[in-house]
Amino acid sequence: MITEIGHLSLILALLVSVLQIGVVGVGYAKNIFNWLYAGTLMAVVQFGFIGISFLSITWAFVNSDFSLTLVTNNSHTLKPLLYKISGVWGNHEGSMLLWVLVLSFFGFLLAVLQRQIPLKFKALVLFFQSAITLAFLSFILFTSNPFARLEFPPFNGYDLNPLLQDPGLAFHPPLLYLGYVGLSISFSFALAGLANGSINSAWASWVRPWTLLSWVCLTLGIALGSWWAYYELGWGGWWFWDPVENASFMPWLITTALLHSTLVLEKREQLAKWTVLLSILAFSLSLIGTFLVRSGIITSVHSFASDPTRGIYILAIMFLFTGGALVLYLLLGKKIRGGRVFSFWSRESALISNNLLLVISAMVVFIGTFWPLIIETIQGDKISVGPPYFNLTFTPFMIALSLLLPIGVSLAWKRGNIARALKSLIAPAILALVLAILILSLQTGMRMLGPVGLMLAVWVILGTLWELAGKVGIGKHPLGKSLRWLKLLPRTEYGKSMAHLGFGFTIIGIASITSWELEDIRVVRIGDVYQVGSYEFQLLDVKETGGPNYFAQVGEFEVIHDNSQVAVMLPEKRVYPVANSTTTEAAIDMGLLRDLYIVLGDFQGEDAWAVRTYIKPMVNWIWIGAFVMALGGCISLSSRLPVLQKRKPRKAS
Amino acid sequence: MKNLRKKGRIQLLVVSAILLIIASVLIGYGFREGISYFRNPTQVLADMPGPDETFRVGGLVQPNSIQKNGDGSIGFEIGDLESSIGVVYTGILPDLFAEGQGAIALGNYVNGVFEATEILAKHDEKYMPKEIADTLREQGLFKPVGETSQ
Repeated sequence: MITEIGHLSLILALLVSVLQIGVVGVGYAKNIFNWLYAGTLMAVVQFGFIGISFLSITWAFVNSDFSLTLVTNNSHTLKPLLYKISGVWGNHEGSMLLWVLVLSFFGFLLAVLQRQIPLKFKALVLFFQSAITLAFLSFILFTSNPFARLEFPPFNGYDLNPLLQDPGLAFHPPLLYLGYVGLSISFSFALAGLANGSINSAWASWVRPWTLLSWVCLTLGIALGSWWAYYELGWGGWWFWDPVENASFMPWLITTALLHSTLVLEKREQLAKWTVLLSILAFSLSLIGTFLVRSGIITSVHSFASDPTRGIYILAIMFLFTGGALVLYLLLGKKIRGGRVFSFWSRESALISNNLLLVISAMVVFIGTFWPLIIETIQGDKISVGPPYFNLTFTPFMIALSLLLPIGVSLAWKRGNIARALKSLIAPAILALVLAILILSLQTGMRMLGPVGLMLAVWVILGTLWELAGKVGIGKHPLGKSLRWLKLLPRTEYGKSMAHLGFGFTIIGIASITSWELEDIRVVRIGDVYQVGSYEFQLLDVKETGGPNYFAQVGEFEVIHDNSQVAVMLPEKRVYPVANSTTTEAAIDMGLLRDLYIVLGDFQGEDAWAVRTYIKPMVNWIWIGAFVMALGGCISLSSRLPVLQKRKPRKAS
Repeated sequence: MKNLRKKGRIQLLVVSAILLIIASVLIGYGFREGISYFRNPTQVLADMPGPDETFRVGGLVQPNSIQKNGDGSIGFEIGDLESSIGVVYTGILPDLFAEGQGAIALGNYVNGVFEATEILAKHDEKYMPKEIADTLREQGLFKPVGETSQ
């Protein structure tokens, strides 16, 4: 019964979106207030229906309703509740349902928030938003119906992939989807702005919170996925340049660029066309990401079982929206007027360089990701593009970006003074250089990556702090006065500095782990002692245990450093009988300066086991940095929230 | 004003052009180092790649072929429906690696043995890497392991 309600709600949601498009269309053309208002309210109704539909499928999972094909294939009565729920989006149909849920959720938020936006414009944004929802709703109903029934329901399900039974992964897809789909709002805003001819400072201030929100979710989603891969996949990697990872990373790069360009548009009425183009690009890339994951067209560790018709359908949606948007841009973009003049050394220029670097780095990632597809189509050869390509092509632009960052934030808007900016940064520059030389002399070998990476990180971090300190006159004025000024700084300033600090932290992590990671693979007998770096490991025992739906072998390792025990580590090897699969659960002793990471491999006979041991310096800074970046985004976002309600409505331009 | 705007536009064009040139050069070098070809075992035997070329070989892990060599390294046969080659790998296998399942190995073919540095892990027990599915399909005996709908 509940299943039927869910299915019906989904069909009703589709009808509402058709109705909404019609009502807003007519209301907009004929300027009828009531119709526009009704169109806005329909976003709320639509969200309600999709919400009911999503809840009902969740109910089916929680109660193990095996008359549904989806539940049978992806759940099991013995599974813990959290994973029954996360099982809803751990598969194709459910994850697409989550996708439209988020899509309509953003429509709903826009409908009830941001009262300062003129109704006519808001309705127009919702018109485009609803068109996207309609496309995906029809995709679900026609190609991937989550409510399909089984004729003969089995007594139990086929389990969820045990690798996916993990808290990190339970929250990774929803966050990533919030980010991906959040970009749909900026996209709809861009189209509405184009149609209406009003891409200006007000437009930027309306779009910016949505971009910030998507960016925060994307940042957290990507970081969570990377962290999950690190501790769950059991080989201790944190980023593989896999097509599906790239699919989430490209929108992130473009969204980061978009964040900076909306800033210019909001403050200086500059970069209007470019910002619109970025909005279109960002959402198009998230559609491409969906296509990559859903079609399985490129081999990836993340691919779900795939179905070609679905791939083609999503490809069609992608071409419709990206192509349509670009045509609209070409036709109407000319109407957007150019901005004010600024000198070469100015904040504007710095932000434009930021945008160029980010877009070009997204471009090299894009080429690397799609090259195998192109080669296979043209030559028929099957190739793959691996990490060496990405490391070589992507890194230089990130180096340029981090070199530029402190200088950029020190330049004034419109007409900056480069000499003064550089002079104010002498101290961070010297400190960063000294550190690099120190590290170079301490490390064995002359590899430059570690010292240069840490130098850049310190440059970014100190440069950010120096700029903040300079702004409140620390050193020039009494400390008390400076601190009072610091309190008075707008929250967006804190947000910006925080995000830049996070970027610096992430560089620390990446540079350290890439340069100084230690890896050791060997066969260890019970009782054996071995040395990795300055740590001593002893395998004490291997025991058999079990959990609710698995059996496990647990190794017990004692770790000694400087003659004292640091940790007892318990890596596991689990067997899930229902799914007939094994997973390795690495044991990780976490620390701010290093992680110790042990993986228990296969039994080699006679009390001996294959063991892989890593020492990973500073690795956690990668995710700490991402978290701090996201926190910065949240702080900036929070400064917008009261503003959202207070501002008086502006007249439509 | 007009001249200033024009000047700004030219500066922008020059900077973008320089960045694009740098990107193209990097992409060229990147492709040299980063690209690896995929071959199935039959192709490897027909036209043996040199020991310096890193490439990927994929197929089904042959039944009863996995051997533990005692030094932590593992040997197994990877095959398509016509032929198979021996693979040696030191390290810990991905969780979903099993006999009769599809697998992809990255490494070099040295003296008749494929020395793998990486074995591609799968995320999902129902999924078969596209290259392997294609190989089996070309050889006319495709078991639709990867395309049962969920």
